[in-house]
Amino acid sequence: MALKIIESCVNCWACEPVCPSTAIYEAKPHFLIDPKRCSECEGDHANPQCASICPIEGAIVNSLGEPMNPPGSLTGIPPEKMAEAMAEMQAR
Amino acid sequence: MMELKVLGQAQQAENPKGGCSAGSCGSTDDQLSHLPEAIREKVHNHPCYSEEAHHYFARMHVAVAPACNIQCHYCNRKYDCANESRPGVVSELLTPDQAVKKTMAVAANIPQMTVLGIAGPGDPLANPERTFATFRMLSEQAPDIKLCVSTNGLALPAAVDELARHNIDHVTITINCVDPEIGAKIYPWVFWNNRRVKGKKGARILIEQQQKGLEMLVARGILVKVNSVMIPGVNDEHLKEVSRIVKQKGAFLHNVMPLIAEAEHGTFYGVMGQRGPKPSELQALQDACAGDMNMMRHCRQCRADAVGLLGEDRGAEFTLDKIEQMDIDYGAAMQKRARVHAAIAEELAAKQVAKPAEHPVQPKGISDKSYRPVLMAVATQGGGVINQHFGHAKEFLVYEVGMGGVRFIGHRKTDLYCEGGDTCGDGESVLARNIRALEGCEVVLCSKIGFEPWGQLEEAGIQPNGEHAMEPIEDAVMAVYKEMIEDGRLDEGAAGQAKATA
Ligand code: SF4
Ligand code: SF4
Repeated sequence: MALKIIESCVNCWACEPVCPSTAIYEAKPHFLIDPKRCSECEGDHANPQCASICPIEGAIVNSLGEPMNPPGSLTGIPPEKMAEAMAEMQAR
Repeated sequence: MMELKVLGQAQQAENPKGGCSAGSCGSTDDQLSHLPEAIREKVHNHPCYSEEAHHYFARMHVAVAPACNIQCHYCNRKYDCANESRPGVVSELLTPDQAVKKTMAVAANIPQMTVLGIAGPGDPLANPERTFATFRMLSEQAPDIKLCVSTNGLALPAAVDELARHNIDHVTITINCVDPEIGAKIYPWVFWNNRRVKGKKGARILIEQQQKGLEMLVARGILVKVNSVMIPGVNDEHLKEVSRIVKQKGAFLHNVMPLIAEAEHGTFYGVMGQRGPKPSELQALQDACAGDMNMMRHCRQCRADAVGLLGEDRGAEFTLDKIEQMDIDYGAAMQKRARVHAAIAEELAAKQVAKPAEHPVQPKGISDKSYRPVLMAVATQGGGVINQHFGHAKEFLVYEVGMGGVRFIGHRKTDLYCEGGDTCGDGESVLARNIRALEGCEVVLCSKIGFEPWGQLEEAGIQPNGEHAMEPIEDAVMAVYKEMIEDGRLDEGAAGQAKATA
């Protein structure tokens, strides 16, 4: 069991220092989690630390590939609102 | 009537010996006059605090602190974003070693350099190792450079001891509220004690830490400036209370900045259509807060990696590649800085002494009548004179000119949103944006102005004026005010009356 960082990561460094298992490392094009080291924070913390500080929805996924922080959960922006704004900008 | 003088500026702080020159002493509006000598001494050549000094001294920021421990609704971490939120511009993230190298290179090439700040792109105190490693090395290698740091305050209490150890000159805390109810509308979450804490609970933790940190810094004699972002309908009224409280606790300056929110920034406020304040609303709030707090009106919401004098950014001259090729004698550079700083201090002191005599006096022959004040915008590149072409101005200085004298009100930026024209959608033309930025102003003074903008400004009810090029700002705006009175333009019911700004 391990979490995974995917391409929407913005390389903000927030997760790296909070990992109790030093499983997170800087890499190109984005940070990565060493699946062999990641314990999902079992035994150390009630919540996976990386997913608790990461500011980017969807950047960290669980072993099923599901986002730990789904759209709207961190910014408070309803996904439909975001889609609307995006469409509007595209149209310009 | 009394002699007219410029109110609300940091002049008194410019007198390094603290002697009393007639022009500024006793002016209760003088921004820094209430401060103890020791604090004024610290502030007087700080480009971010002293309106006068910022024309002469330079500052820089290094982007060494990428991580953040909270989310603000005006920030989008997909872009670069300091506490103050200037979304859309990406800084070059530096390691502490690189940051030191860059600072040393800049300080050698721009001898006016006095201040090195760390403000982001995340929260400096959420990256304590990187931030403090940078400070430690710089205190050793360039002890004449002042250090400052900006923070959202969450990790501040835990960092105060270490800050005190590194002899930090001053700390800026962004405080947008003291009420968790309001905080929940600004901060969706904070990362605290190994958890993401959302809503009111999270906001309460942040507020507690900010206030505690403020108190601890003041207790240790470290200068604290408070920044607030004005969010209409969310915290605008509330900021008056914030201002009162932070002053009571010993913050030495309060700086209210406008929210910048555009859908293309992808921030909560931008996408949800939260508007920023109009210049007139910002000014009204700054005025209200100034009643019981020292306001700083010349802050330019610098980028996390800004380099140079306020309002300019020479960062492109100091990329890592370019620094690598520079051949620098650091010892000689420090000596040169000492000479340049001394010369500037002398110039400022001389200006200070010269000022009262220069000042315009009451308009002749109208003493029996009272006229309303007028807002005027000025295009300047510094030095206290009108010396910029209208079309080149990226910002305007705004002054209120009235029977009581000239009062510096603040800056109006014209490029708040865009660094380059093409990244910003079709948007409005530069000229239209300039005109919008000048809302409420009736006159704009510049060294020169083109034909087309002249016409459009007039149409918008703003009188362009290029007749006072190279003249000292205060004298020029007062001269224009007198002309307006003499021409009857300020008579009641006269045409050209200020348009309603609400
Ligand atoms: S879940 Fe925990 S152990 Fe795994 S990478 Fe994230 S912080 Fe490290
Ligand atoms: S906190 Fe999220 S966005 Fe930041 S580096 Fe880690 S995974 Fe990437």
